[in-house]
This record gives sequence, C-alpha cells and structure tokens, in this order.
Amino acid sequence: MDGLTLEVRRGEVFGFLGPNGAGKSTSIKMLLGLVGASSGQAAVLGRPVGDVETRRKIGFLPEHFRFYDWLTAAELLDVHGRLYGIPRQRRRERVPALLALVGLEAHHRKRLRDFSKGMLQRIGLAQALLNDPQLIFLDEPTSGLDPIGRRLVRDIIKSQRERGATLFLNSHLLSEVEITCDRVAFLKQGQVLEIRDLRAVPDQMTTVFLRARKLATETVSGLARWASSIRADGDRITFNVPNTEVLPELLRYLLGRGVDVYEVTPQRISLEERFLKVIGEDGGL
Amino acid sequence: MATWVVAALTLKEAARKKILWMALLAGLAFLTLFGVAEHYQTLSLRAVPLRPQILNTQFIVALYALNFLVLAMTVLTSVDTLSGEIASGTIHAVASKPIRRRQLLMGKWLGFVGMLTIFLALIVSGLVAVTYWMSGYQAHHVLRGSTLMWLEGVLLLTLTFLFGTSFSTLTNGVMALGLHGLAFLGGWIEQFGRLSDNEQVVNVGVLASIVMPSEALWRRAAFEIQSPVVNALGFSPFGAGATPSLVMVGYAVVYTVAALGLALRLFGKRDL
Repeated sequence: MDGLTLEVRRGEVFGFLGPNGAGKSTSIKMLLGLVGASSGQAAVLGRPVGDVETRRKIGFLPEHFRFYDWLTAAELLDVHGRLYGIPRQRRRERVPALLALVGLEAHHRKRLRDFSKGMLQRIGLAQALLNDPQLIFLDEPTSGLDPIGRRLVRDIIKSQRERGATLFLNSHLLSEVEITCDRVAFLKQGQVLEIRDLRAVPDQMTTVFLRARKLATETVSGLARWASSIRADGDRITFNVPNTEVLPELLRYLLGRGVDVYEVTPQRISLEERFLKVIGEDGGL
Repeated sequence: MATWVVAALTLKEAARKKILWMALLAGLAFLTLFGVAEHYQTLSLRAVPLRPQILNTQFIVALYALNFLVLAMTVLTSVDTLSGEIASGTIHAVASKPIRRRQLLMGKWLGFVGMLTIFLALIVSGLVAVTYWMSGYQAHHVLRGSTLMWLEGVLLLTLTFLFGTSFSTLTNGVMALGLHGLAFLGGWIEQFGRLSDNEQVVNVGVLASIVMPSEALWRRAAFEIQSPVVNALGFSPFGAGATPSLVMVGYAVVYTVAALGLALRLFGKRDL
C-alpha cells in the first residue's frame, strides 16, 4: 500500500475496486488489525485499528472463506458466536436464523468437508452477520457463487444497509458493485486513483436514448433547444444534453407535441468502462 | 473466555479427528505387548536375587518407549496448528473476532497441553497398573518422573508453537525434531564423557542440553524412577549415567516460559 487515503461514511455501501494485486484484501486486513501498516493512521468505528472491543461490532467474510472442515455448519456458527461472546440463548436463536438466511438450514448437520465452494461462501457470509455488526467487510463475497447465490448476497447487502450497517465490499464483479454500492474507490498498486459516487445524478454531458412514435421532423429539430448531436433513426433517437436536469422539460415538450414516448434512458458510463479508463487496460500489472 | 473457546476447540479437534483416540489405541497396543512380555518375564524371575532391579529396569525401558510416543504425538499433532492455519487463511476468520492474538495462541497451546496431559496420565497410569498386575512391582516416584516427562512434552510443544509463528509446517517439524535429536545426542555424549572421565566431552554434552534441555528432562525423570542400585551402575541407555541437576530442570522451565513468551511476541506482531 502507498499513501492510501480513504473515508467510508456510516451507513453506506462502499465498493473497493481494483485489479488483482492492487492491495484490496491487504487494506481490509489492515483495517481489521490482521496486517500491520509500516506507517500512517486509521480508525474503524471511531477507534484505532486493531482494537479488540471494536471487533465485537464488526463482521468479516475473508476471501475464499474456509474453516475447520470437521465442524458442522451449525457448530461453526456456534463457535464463532462464542468468539463474539454471544450468550448461549441468543446463539440458539441466531444460528438457525442465519442458516435459513443463507439457505443452508437443510445442511446444518453436514460437515464443512462435504460443502461445495458456494456453500462455504454462504456459511462464511452467515458467520459475518452473527453479531448484527455495525460494519461488515466482505472480501469477494460472490466468489464461487452461482447466480442464485449472487442474488442472495445482493439481498443481504441491501437488508444490512437498511438495518443501518456500513458495508465495505471488495469485488471484481463490477456489475454487482454497480447495483449494490453507493460509492466506489478505484485502487491500483496500493493507491486510490479515484472515488466515485454512484448514486449522484450525473451533472456532466450525458447521451440520452429515446424511443418514441409520431415524431414529426420539426419536433425533432425543436429538441435542439436542449440537446445537441441529435441522431434520429426511425423511432429511435439519441442526443446529448448538458445535464439530466433538462430532461423533464424536454419530455413535456415532446408530450405537448402529441409524441408517444416509450423509453427515455440517460446512457451513464458503465462502471466497467470507468474502471478500464481509470485503471488502464493492462490492469496495472 | 475467548482463550477457553479456542482451547476447547483444539481439544475437540483432537477428538473429532480421532488423533487422541488413535494415540491412545497405540498406547493400549503398547501396554498389551508390554503386559504379555512382563507376565512371562516375571515367571522366569521368581528366584532371581536382583528381581526388583530387573523389574525396575524393564519399567524404565517401557517408560522410555512411551516417552518417545508422547513426544512424537506432541510434535506431529501441533506442528501444523499455527503455520498451517496461517498458510490456508483459516486463521483470518478467528483472528478478526474480538480475541487478542495472545488469547488465540494461548488457547491453542492450552488445548494441546490438555491433550498431552490426558495422554500422558492415561498411558503412565496404564503402565503402572499393568506392571503391578503382572509382577506386583510398584515403581517409586512415578509422579515426579512423569511430571518431568510432561515438562519435556510441554517444552517440545512450546517450541513447535514458537517455530510455527515464523516458519512453514515442514520447517517447523524439522527444527523441533532436529533440536530434540541434538539434545538426545548431547545426552549420550555427556554419559560417555562421564564414563571416560573426560571433562571436555561432558561439557559438549551439557552445552547441547543448554541449547535444548528436552533430553535432560527425560534423564532426570529416569533418575527419579530408577532404583538406586541401577543408578549406581552408572551407564544405561535409558537413564541417567550423568544425572542432570535440578538447576537443569529449573533451566528447562525458564527455557519453556521464555519460548512461550517469544512465541506470543512474534505471533502478536506478524502479519496474518
């Protein structure tokens, strides 16, 4: 890592993106006190990094989660619950509830050695939620998961966010990140190159795709009041607007001219395009 | 609290993976073999004048073999516990919980010490019982002797923990057993030195015991249990021709505590 400066706000889902070897997992390990930093400062939930009591409020899914394969799924959660200091009565409620949440209730007596990679990932996710954490670190949470498993991770992230938890997410799957994260940081060779707010309305020049019928030629020409680079192809039109704030007025204009509008889509630059632009095609290798 | 969770988990692992049961089965097979041999041996020793001394020597021989079994089990079971979990990343799920590194290491250490204690207590009691049953011979100072054997096991265990904080499993095993081999050789060198009355040779042996005092603990244990008459004979492959002093026993305790302290320090600082 080299001069990593980062702030994650409480209650947000923060994505940490970067190519292999960028230092994503190392950053999480540093924040958990598993790896020491040679210099610099960091605070987690307002306490210095590595503070044992703070870890009571943290959940962590390590990359490629694995644990003693001679334990059953229910035993694994019980052991982790004991490490969190959760009382027996509470563990008895939490363990079955979490097994059900990650879809493993039917396998609660199965030993981990008989688990598939995806099942291990699911039980890893469950152990990260045992203590109703305020802050959850997920290192490649969808690794090894099928589409149903990925959907589950997405739903869990959403429900944890609604509960008020902060989530810090490492991922390669940019489409997943795009759906789930509020903000992302692009990391390359241990340095943050850009932090991007995915929820903010783009305030820059945006290309808009429009599908409509009953479009007269003069109506299309009239769009020039708000738009530029207008290209019409039958009932499909694309044009650029200086920002998306002009769209409601533009739409009112079209509807007022009796145009039937079926679709208006601002073409946001995808996270993948942004990633490649920021990180570079070589991935920093 | 977290320390005991880890200690209980370590013991549970030994039971679940059948390590403890297999070791006890090996101990049982050994005791059966010894019991049968002792039975026939006793029959032929009825009128021999040195009968108690011979039975004592047999007891020590059996203890010597059991001591080896204990040490092998201790090193083989514990050698992978830190380095293996660090290499596989298993440790991340535990070390990120509200547990201090020293609690994690101490928990594992206590679990293995517990396993060693149970194993040693059962097989030494078994040996005492089988010997008494077959020959009526009651060995003296068994508790004192087996405590020294226990300390020897704890010392070797602590070294595998110390090496496990910094080296791979294989390197760790080679280092722990290599050091014990050095101590073993040192013990013999010291005995030869005493036999030939050569002070320099004795010093070489003592130096080996200072580097690694494990074998000295066994020789002191053998001295404690051995009959005074046999001890007076001096040179013996199972015992204590050159008896390590109580200072050496004290040194071994300090050595173990220092190794544990260093292991805690190194484990507390290393990246996981």
